[in-house]
Amino acid sequence: MPQIRFDQVTKSYGNTQVLPPFDLTLHNGEFTVLVGPSGCGKSTTLRMLAGLEVLSGGEIWFDDRPISRVEPKDRDIAMVFQDYALYPHMNIAKNMSFALKLKRTPKKEINQKVEQVATMLGIEHLLSRKPGELSGGQRQRVAMGRALVRDASTFLFDEPLSNLDAKLRNKMRTELAEMRNLLDKNMVYVTHDQVEAMTLGDRIVVMADGLIQQQGTPEELFKTPNNKFVAGFIGSPNMNFLEATLIEEADNLYAKGKGFCLQLSAQHRATLTSRIAQQDADITVGIRPSSFYLDNLPESANTPSEISLYVVVSEYLGAQSVLLTRCEDQNLEIEMESASPVQNNQTLNFSVLPEDIMIFDNDTGNRL
Amino acid sequence: MQSSFNTNRLIPYFFLAPALIILGVALLYPIGYMIYASFLDWNPSQRIGEADWVGLRNYTFLLHDASFRESFFVTLKFASIVVILEMIIGVGLALLLDRNIRGMSALRTIFILPMMIAPIVVGLMWRYMYHPTVGIFNRTLKDWGFEAIPWLSDSWWSLVSVIIADIWQWTPFIFILSLAALQSLPRSALEASRIDGATGWQQIFYIKLPLMMPVLIVTALLRLIDAFKVLEVILVLTNGGPGLSTEILSLRISRTASEFRELGVAAAMSNYLLILLFVLTVAMFLYNKVVEKHAIKQQAKTEEA
Repeated sequence: MPQIRFDQVTKSYGNTQVLPPFDLTLHNGEFTVLVGPSGCGKSTTLRMLAGLEVLSGGEIWFDDRPISRVEPKDRDIAMVFQDYALYPHMNIAKNMSFALKLKRTPKKEINQKVEQVATMLGIEHLLSRKPGELSGGQRQRVAMGRALVRDASTFLFDEPLSNLDAKLRNKMRTELAEMRNLLDKNMVYVTHDQVEAMTLGDRIVVMADGLIQQQGTPEELFKTPNNKFVAGFIGSPNMNFLEATLIEEADNLYAKGKGFCLQLSAQHRATLTSRIAQQDADITVGIRPSSFYLDNLPESANTPSEISLYVVVSEYLGAQSVLLTRCEDQNLEIEMESASPVQNNQTLNFSVLPEDIMIFDNDTGNRL
Repeated sequence: MQSSFNTNRLIPYFFLAPALIILGVALLYPIGYMIYASFLDWNPSQRIGEADWVGLRNYTFLLHDASFRESFFVTLKFASIVVILEMIIGVGLALLLDRNIRGMSALRTIFILPMMIAPIVVGLMWRYMYHPTVGIFNRTLKDWGFEAIPWLSDSWWSLVSVIIADIWQWTPFIFILSLAALQSLPRSALEASRIDGATGWQQIFYIKLPLMMPVLIVTALLRLIDAFKVLEVILVLTNGGPGLSTEILSLRISRTASEFRELGVAAAMSNYLLILLFVLTVAMFLYNKVVEKHAIKQQAKTEEA
């Protein structure tokens, strides 16, 4: 398995630069997820890796071999497409064995391999059918099967689950996670769904507007996002953002906004106090929906601040509730454990801990 | 209640009636007339009522008529050769030009120009080009030091000449239909085949051509039907000659009616041609039906699963 390295790779269509030069290293044997909203350049990045798009500049390295001018078939990759891209006129067995047939693999070996993969994916009864006769989930499996049969060192997935319904998507996601553990391969996976990214990826690369915003493990991205975009994109429900101003009172630093005043941690105080003197005290506060406590504050809690929120909609999901609340004119989502449904149209007092509060610069969006 | 229900059901037919009447007058009446005429020994100087009824004599006569059989054979030869060559060239061009080329839409318009020129003009144009002494072909050959070719005066070359002219005129038809078929192919399947390791040729033979096949078959049949009816270009170029070497059926029909003044025989000949074309059309229809049925079957299977 090669280590894949993007070196100052850029992509333009005509005069429009969609991907400014970027570096990216995909480590050996890792499951890397490229995630971002539509049009962020993640699919283009994957397609350049596959050889389906020509680079406008830079180089992609497989270990120390430059591959940007190598034909897709010589890159030792297999790819699963969003719309499965099965060959409509061939039956499933032929679809899966097409690559082997082109490589002039002996028939016996082909049959053996197809059968083995089909059994692994539970599609052995479909081998004589054509793609048009299969359901979406079955086609998805065949597409995976076709990639697996090739036994390439690197697997590319281009939003493979996005055409499936929610239930099937969850099921296939778990199967993919299982497959990832079974196969010792490089996998690069493109999705716009942060849940897929968080659950599947060893490492996640968050992209927006053609730029890599941050890369790291799911935990790193969740706990220490670089900027407001990553903080808002990773995690479900999304992080709440509130406009606020920094103020210093009695040796403590607070973020004060309409209807709330939250005490910040000592660490924040060390880095942020100087901004007050510079008349640069307007910031954005970010708090995860799961960081609000009603009455279950941990015992070790240190200097919690209170915030009064008016419950507009309460979504009872069983063990949890998601509350849509309002603080003056700003909306907040709160996720909390709930034994029974929370009533709408009431004001509740929540506690927030200083260490759960993130502060972002208003202009750059960077986390401070 | 009952009567309003009936009126509702009849309304579509009221709307269809004008079209049906026009169809009847413009299509069925002439065909019926032709079929009737084919049973008559009818000279153009007679009114149809005065002609003698001869039953199937015109048909049996034609079966034993060497010139008709020759003409039928020439038509078959002409139609099959032009369709095969046009398919190969048209599909080949489409495969070559199925890419993002600057000014492709302008190119496409230029490519289909021959199809838009009136056949008589095409015939005249080619006749000048084929001219034995001043035509561009023979002049060029002479300049290069080759011998002149008797384009329209030799029986073998004259068939070649009309075939070339027809290919020039009708390849664009196949080209644009193939190009449309190519451009509607699933892009991702082609990309998948590139990753699977298919070379350009393998993509064409394993993916593109099989997927285009339904369109290609219909296109070929349409061209075949058209090729059987070709008249003007050959009329202008060779008028069937030399001898009977390029006398295709429609030309023979027109000559039988106007020169030999045998309207009954001409009608019978037209009916033979009609039957042939009818068989071809039904074949095309059946093919579509089979494909459709297959698609429905597939759908049903998918829903079951």
